[in-house]
Amino acid sequence: MGRQLKFEIFRYNPEVKGDVPHMQTYTLDETPNMTLFIALNRLREEQDPSLVFDFCCRAGICGACAMVINGRPGLACQTKTKDQPGKIILHPLPVFKLIGDLSVDTGVWFREMYSKTESWVHTSKVFDPKAKEERMDNEVAEQVYELERCIECGCCVSACGTARLRDDFMGAAALNRIARFVVDPRDERDDEQYFEIIGNDQGIFGCMGLLACEDVCPKGLPLQNQLGFLRRKMGITAMKQIFRKK
Amino acid sequence: MQTYYTDLLVIGAGLAGERVACEAAQNGFKATCLSIVPARRSHSSAAQGGMQAALGNCAKGEGDNTDVHFLDTVKGSDWGCDQEVARLFADAAPIEMRRLAHWGVPWNRVVPGKSFFFKGGEKFEKFEKKENEGLITARSFGGTAKWRTCYTSDGTGHAVMCTMDNRCAELGIDVFDKKEAISLIHDGETCMGAVVRCLRTGKLEVHLAKATAICTGGFGRIYKATTNAVICDGGGHIIAHETGIVPIGNPESIQFHPTGIVPTDILVTEGCRGDGGTLLDCNEERFMNIYEPDKAELASRDVVSRWMTHHMREGKGVKSPYGEHLWLDIRHLGDKHISTKLREVDEICHHFLGVDPRTELIPVRPTQHYTMAGIRTNKDGAVYGLKGLYSAGEAACWDMHGFNRLGGNSLAETVVAGGIIGNKIVEFLSGYETKIDTKIVASEVKRQEERIHDITHGRNGKLNVYDVRNEMQEALMRGCFVFRNKEGLEECVSTLQGTMEKSRKVALVSNGAGPNHELAAALKLEGQVRLAMCIAQAALMRTESRGSHNREDFPERNDAEWLNRTLAYWREGADMPELQYEDTTPVFELPPGDRGYGGGTIIPADEKYVKDRVIDSPVTEIGKKK
Ligand SMILES: Cc1cc2nc3c(=O)[nH]c(=O)nc-3n(C[C@H](O)[C@H](O)[C@H](O)COP(=O)(O)OP(=O)(O)OC[C@H]3O[C@@H](n4cnc5c(N)ncnc54)[C@H](O)[C@@H]3O)c2cc1C
Ligand code: SF4
Ligand code: SF4
Ligand code: FES
Repeated sequence: MGRQLKFEIFRYNPEVKGDVPHMQTYTLDETPNMTLFIALNRLREEQDPSLVFDFCCRAGICGACAMVINGRPGLACQTKTKDQPGKIILHPLPVFKLIGDLSVDTGVWFREMYSKTESWVHTSKVFDPKAKEERMDNEVAEQVYELERCIECGCCVSACGTARLRDDFMGAAALNRIARFVVDPRDERDDEQYFEIIGNDQGIFGCMGLLACEDVCPKGLPLQNQLGFLRRKMGITAMKQIFRKK
Repeated sequence: MQTYYTDLLVIGAGLAGERVACEAAQNGFKATCLSIVPARRSHSSAAQGGMQAALGNCAKGEGDNTDVHFLDTVKGSDWGCDQEVARLFADAAPIEMRRLAHWGVPWNRVVPGKSFFFKGGEKFEKFEKKENEGLITARSFGGTAKWRTCYTSDGTGHAVMCTMDNRCAELGIDVFDKKEAISLIHDGETCMGAVVRCLRTGKLEVHLAKATAICTGGFGRIYKATTNAVICDGGGHIIAHETGIVPIGNPESIQFHPTGIVPTDILVTEGCRGDGGTLLDCNEERFMNIYEPDKAELASRDVVSRWMTHHMREGKGVKSPYGEHLWLDIRHLGDKHISTKLREVDEICHHFLGVDPRTELIPVRPTQHYTMAGIRTNKDGAVYGLKGLYSAGEAACWDMHGFNRLGGNSLAETVVAGGIIGNKIVEFLSGYETKIDTKIVASEVKRQEERIHDITHGRNGKLNVYDVRNEMQEALMRGCFVFRNKEGLEECVSTLQGTMEKSRKVALVSNGAGPNHELAAALKLEGQVRLAMCIAQAALMRTESRGSHNREDFPERNDAEWLNRTLAYWREGADMPELQYEDTTPVFELPPGDRGYGGGTIIPADEKYVKDRVIDSPVTEIGKKK
């Protein structure tokens, strides 16, 4: 209690002519239970209303507030200042397009990902409003849900070496998305169709397996297991295709 | 200026908005959604508990049907809802849950055999039937006669939101994020679309459409303490209300939840108390047992919130830099219970408070949670006053919640209403052509440009946006919170009159360029104060207590005089809302009676009035088929 916090914040507003990226310093008195959500809003409301950053749920469930906090991607709303040193350095997430200051364009990136992965259940069945629901095993339902917990914060993508090197790399979030449909019995796509989407360097074969993605995922998604699972599955599919061609 | 054209413009891409858009797109119309944040970040994704639909698949839901769901909903509303709408809702909910399953929601399913559950801290056994294996299961929620709440683990809203957004992607619906509607384009009769501010560049755009639907969620953020996301700030209500011809239905009807954590007002679930948690004061002593010897902490949401507020007023609150609060104690539930049954509470305590609920107390206070108030529509979702304008979800007062909505009924409302209203929009659009008067479009854009220019250049004054907003939020907290009375409300109205003056005189400190937040806040400030004023004035006039609206000076529910709905209009140039009233419901399938909880006396309605409107119901009052 009673610390004076120093914030060093990345500043750049592309809409202002002549503005250049730079760091700006602010100070703020720490209060009990202070989070970066509270701190940044106080800075904006009391000191500098031009600050740009994103929050939505402020409860760690929507993924809006991801940024690089003292060098590590994370959710600002669930970062307590008391767990940080007296100097807090904030940068926007890399890889995504910068909107201004700490705000990046995750919306467009993820929307492109949905179309690349065709992120929906592919089924030939037609819904019948008069019929009872189709049965599903509860364990399978829970498995699907575990993979659907991704909040699209983008932390994994920004921590990923491959994604930083090549724009077209799908990233762990997209591969996890594919895994979600692979385990869902309602989706009628077969391995070869999935292979079309991710069986290349933009997909599963581009991943270097260093697992920075899983380390930073605020939801603790099992990205490592999913990448391994897909790599094996896609490896087998690739083999099958080679043999078939012969 | 960029201009977009579409058949249906949906403002808001939460569950309600996207469901409406899907219905239009499935029927061959072009639908466009706008949202402040990427669709999946909409507040719908924050709902954890679940959504109600009478599927009756699980053991404790056996015998459930849409009639019982209807009865629970009407009682829950304290007879403040439109019963035709409640009926439409309850009947469609099971179909809509199955449709969601077809689209991809991983609902939890029935697992046959023996299992345990807790009630009031005690352990019970239940058996699930083999024949129901794999059907959608349900959990228990407050105010319902049966286990009826469908769920996916502890992330129902998130899972359903993902599926709905996937469905939009599949249907090729344009969902534009970082777009904020700042005014409607209309000619006093027909709505033609909206002026929109791009939150990437700060530039204005025009979106024209044959039909427009406002699905912008609740407006909890006009209160200081709320469980709502920061984007739940009334934008949609404001642009509709500002036309002068669209009324806000039941503005006084706002729900409060007893356990928001301090300082951020994030919700910790009712389950804490359900499982045996207690509330303590500054001396770490229990107090709910004094006020409600029978139910204590387990009394309904509004009742507990009332006593907590009362107790703090008696000087028993805990002081903190963020204001006063009380303690929630779940230490005695033990490690095993907390890390399994209350996993999400454990995580919230850890991340946001740095508190271990096994050994430490949780700081809580009552907080704004849900707006039953909303843009008034008829049962087709058509907004009063403007042709081609619709509303659905929390933004709307479609009115199945009346004066109190039940847990699990609002998430269900988003998709059920979205389906029904989407369908009505399709009927409206079929064969409909319209002319757009470009003069009206141009003059509306100009009006917005001038507003922005004036605020940015301090033309009207130099007041600070955030100071004025704080004044409004605090006035509501004092006068229009859990308890209301004549003096408090009068003071609130007069304070807000001053605030309104000030809201017209704000100027930016920053230059307002690009995706500037201060400008966004300034643009909606006067509209927010108007909403605040509608709440206060309507609450002052309603001299009774019904559901969440609690008047200390009028404790009875007065069906003789107040079996009606408030309609708050804001006429052009006015300084006060104009209040009108309409019948609560055209028909009574369930005549007014006792809710069965919450206590209080009822002044009965005129017998003939009720009798004339009673229609035949397939069920008796206790839900038995006749
Ligand atoms: C913490 C919490 C827990 C809850 N849990 C449950 C539960 O378990 N069960 C239940 O039934 N209910 C629950 N609720 C209530 C329920 O979640 C909401 O009522 C419901 O999700 C509202 O959905 P909606 O589609 O109407 O609006 P929202 O999901 O709030 O979506 C609003 C949309 O409008 C957009 N928007 C807003 N203003 C503008 C503008 N001016 N221009 C453009 N776009 C705009 C937003 O970006 C967003 O996309 C809970 C609520 C809270 C706060
Ligand atoms: S494991 Fe693969 S996806 Fe994850 S960070 Fe490394 S390269 Fe990126
Ligand atoms: S996988 Fe994890 S880190 Fe990546 S976007 Fe999803 S929640 Fe964020
Ligand atoms: S604001 Fe939603 S996760 Fe941080």
